Amino acid sequence: MNKVLMKKKLVSNIFEMEVEAKGIANKAKAGQFVVIMVSEKGERIPLTLADWSVEKGTITLVFMVVGTSSLRLSQLEEGDDLFAVLGPLGHASDIEDYGAVIMVAGGVGTAPIYPIAKSLKERGNKVISIHGARSKDLLFWQDKLASVSNEHIITTDDGSFGRKGLVTEPLKELLEADHDKIISRVYSIGPGIMMKFCALTTKPFGVKTIVSLNPIMIDGTGMCGACRVCVHGKTKFTCIDGPEFDGHEVDWNLLTTRQRAYLNEEKCSYDKFHMECED
Amino acid sequence: MGGYKYEGRRLPVQDKKARMKTHRNKMTEQDPLARARNFDEVNLGYDAETAISEAERCLLCPSSPCVKGCPVKIRVPEFLDKISEGKFMEALEIIKADNALPAITGRVCPQEVQCEGPCTQNKVSKEPVGIGYLERYVADLERNSMDRCCVNCSPPTGKKVAVVGSGPGGLTVAADMMRLGHEVHIYEAFHKAGGVLVYGIPEFRLPKAIVDYEIKCMEDLGVKIHTNHIIGKIYSLDELMAEEGFDAIYVGIGAGAPRFMGIEGENLLGIFSANEYLTRSNLMKAYDFPNYDTPIAQGKKVCVMGGGNVAMDSVRTGLRLGAEEAHIIYRRSHEELPARTEEIHHAEEEGVMFDFLTTPIRFIGDDEGKLVAMECIRMELGEPDDSGRRRPVPLEGSNFILEADLAVIAIGAGPNPILTSSEPEIELNRWGYIVADDDGKTSKKGVWAGGDIVTGSATVILAMGAGRKSAASMHRYLTGEEEW
Ligand SMILES: Cc1cc2nc3c(=O)[nH]c(=O)nc-3n(C[C@H](O)[C@H](O)[C@H](O)COP(=O)(O)OP(=O)(O)OC[C@H]3O[C@@H](n4cnc5c(N)ncnc54)[C@H](O)[C@@H]3O)c2cc1C
Ligand SMILES: Cc1cc2nc3c(=O)[nH]c(=O)nc-3n(C[C@H](O)[C@H](O)[C@H](O)COP(=O)(O)OP(=O)(O)OC[C@H]3O[C@@H](n4cnc5c(N)ncnc54)[C@H](O)[C@@H]3O)c2cc1C
Ligand code: SF4
Ligand code: SF4
Ligand code: FES
Repeated sequence: MNKVLMKKKLVSNIFEMEVEAKGIANKAKAGQFVVIMVSEKGERIPLTLADWSVEKGTITLVFMVVGTSSLRLSQLEEGDDLFAVLGPLGHASDIEDYGAVIMVAGGVGTAPIYPIAKSLKERGNKVISIHGARSKDLLFWQDKLASVSNEHIITTDDGSFGRKGLVTEPLKELLEADHDKIISRVYSIGPGIMMKFCALTTKPFGVKTIVSLNPIMIDGTGMCGACRVCVHGKTKFTCIDGPEFDGHEVDWNLLTTRQRAYLNEEKCSYDKFHMECED
Repeated sequence: MGGYKYEGRRLPVQDKKARMKTHRNKMTEQDPLARARNFDEVNLGYDAETAISEAERCLLCPSSPCVKGCPVKIRVPEFLDKISEGKFMEALEIIKADNALPAITGRVCPQEVQCEGPCTQNKVSKEPVGIGYLERYVADLERNSMDRCCVNCSPPTGKKVAVVGSGPGGLTVAADMMRLGHEVHIYEAFHKAGGVLVYGIPEFRLPKAIVDYEIKCMEDLGVKIHTNHIIGKIYSLDELMAEEGFDAIYVGIGAGAPRFMGIEGENLLGIFSANEYLTRSNLMKAYDFPNYDTPIAQGKKVCVMGGGNVAMDSVRTGLRLGAEEAHIIYRRSHEELPARTEEIHHAEEEGVMFDFLTTPIRFIGDDEGKLVAMECIRMELGEPDDSGRRRPVPLEGSNFILEADLAVIAIGAGPNPILTSSEPEIELNRWGYIVADDDGKTSKKGVWAGGDIVTGSATVILAMGAGRKSAASMHRYLTGEEEW
């Protein structure tokens, strides 16, 4: 059991939650994730470590409500317990001195990209963040991300804040302007479609582009194979081989197909839960 | 231990002859068609009268081939004789001297190749004494009456033991070390303890209430169980020793990494590792979706690749989840099926179809990436291979298409690397399993290992046997009786 110490709504359907998890906080590294269960009858769902505090013995999760489990999670209150939190899982990000890096964050992906940007900056990299959302009221953690970036570019699809347009536009411009080739790495975390297009954008420039994949998982420890993805033409288990992979080598179609495996069941579960909530 | 000889009561010759004419008492079972659609236990158990009558079939052989066949050398004729006298709890005590989890082994041991295979009655009439059924009977009796034989723990030694993994091996070590007076902590990655007993073996073969009961008893003894703790990530073995103060560690993490076939189309929707399929159903209770949140795919035609217990469990789970047709696709023949005989028989009764000498070479999907069929090839059996079984050889040009909307790969498992890859001091063999000596000692001081992570996928009783040996060795080390 892990106690919820703080919960707050960041924007419409995205929540931030601070949870007691001393052991995990001690070991957490940027890029890793946890698997949680809200209740005994719940699913096991993976969430990235968005932040942690060794002193307080806590971890911070930021999640978007998309289905039953994330909805149940959002309904926990401060003082409630999470039934299970397992971690830290997955490989940590490779934090090296790359010179300059571009961090592309989309939607809820802003949270998982924060600790990576922070570690890269501490390591001495020049960090340029491109921070995208559909509109102004869906932006969160601007200050946090800005505090670990040398440059912080915000884009919104509707132009309600920052630059109007998609994250791939400034990404392309930055790479085009990088005549001295000091940008040697791009990180992209967000919706699958965004990561895919970021990878397509960077490919002609030959800049290594790391993405963090989010297939369906169960155990998160390499024993079920539910999380298999295809990278470089080879099957990989995201939980133990990833979650970060070379975006230029990911089979994006397979990822999205496999994420949709339980669409009907997810809807059935969500509808049932909604009805119960209304009773 | 190896030289066990039964020295109890002898049977007069005429009694022996009379006993040889008796027939094995049938296990009462749920009706095959009914049970193929529910998750309740298939075998319903003996009653007292049947148990006594079955125990009375034992010939009390002085040479006791049954004991030789049992990996932990349970004193079989002695406990059977107690049952025949109606002294059930005394029988149980005899069993428990060598086996801490008889309600489980009585259900899942491959008795036909262990205790019951060499049983004299098997040689006489092909009807061995129902040793497993009787083991189960007395253990169930105790559980149902809550009349646990009182276990006394030795006075505390002040030593701390960590057990990594809560499968049958880890549980055995924990129980033994606790009784010897050590403080025991189990670390388990999943949210529920029990290892394969809870995530792999289905309810209809091993009711989870039994495993839960055994674990509860262990907690009552004082064993502390830390679920959701993955060792290698949250603590290294060195940290367990240096920071958490453990004096010795047992690693019983099993062989849980699924093996796939490496053929075209294997990542289509509708193709699962047996681990995923069974974990969803058993551990996450997806068969009770949406009362439980975890979903599971339902196939109309389920095909399971493999022929072991894992394959039988998967195919029968498929039937119970509502498949119209459920097939075992096995590349050898009926004779080589490695599953327990009883499970094969039960599967046949339930209507599972067996496609022998067949293997898929390609999975075929539709536009949405969903499995619709498999291209298969027929095999014939050639010369015996390393395992002593005849090697299947593909028959050129025998390809054919088999429709299927759900496929489960149950062709074996390998070692999960999370712990082993983070512990360079622990020697591994070339397949990635931990190297341990007869006492379970690894190449790292203070660390023992046993069960599937040492032997590769094996059996519950072998994991328990390894646990018992490691516990004994660990105790000698902790009490200073033996150097590392
Ligand atoms: C390593 C990893 C880290 C993740 N980190 C975060 C995080 O920090 N914050 C966050 O909000 N989410 C994260 N996710 C995604 C998160 O796990 C899913 O959103 C969650 O499992 C959905 O559960 P649900 O029951 O609420 O929705 P479901 O009912 O399961 O799904 C609802 C919808 O979401 C889609 N979906 C289901 N599973 C996933 C998935 N794994 N990824 C993306 N879409 C999915 C389905 O296609 C469906 O349409 C991460 C996933 C992985 C694998
Ligand atoms: C579906 C199925 C059916 C079977 N049927 C039979 C049968 O009928 N009869 C029979 O005798 N045998 C059967 N077996 C085999 C038998 O279950 C195994 O041989 C036995 O369970 C091995 O026990 P173990 O103690 O080595 O570990 P396991 O039972 O494998 O348990 C290992 C435990 O360690 C945990 N773990 C792994 N890594 C870590 C880590 N880093 N940190 C913390 N915890 C960790 C795992 O989550 C797991 O709970 C079957 C196996 C399967 C999969
Ligand atoms: S433990 Fe298994 S092999 Fe040994 S006597 Fe019992 S059922 Fe037979
Ligand atoms: S071999 Fe069979 S008949 Fe003989 S003692 Fe063992 S159980 Fe009894
Ligand atoms: S989630 Fe089970 S193997 Fe990755």
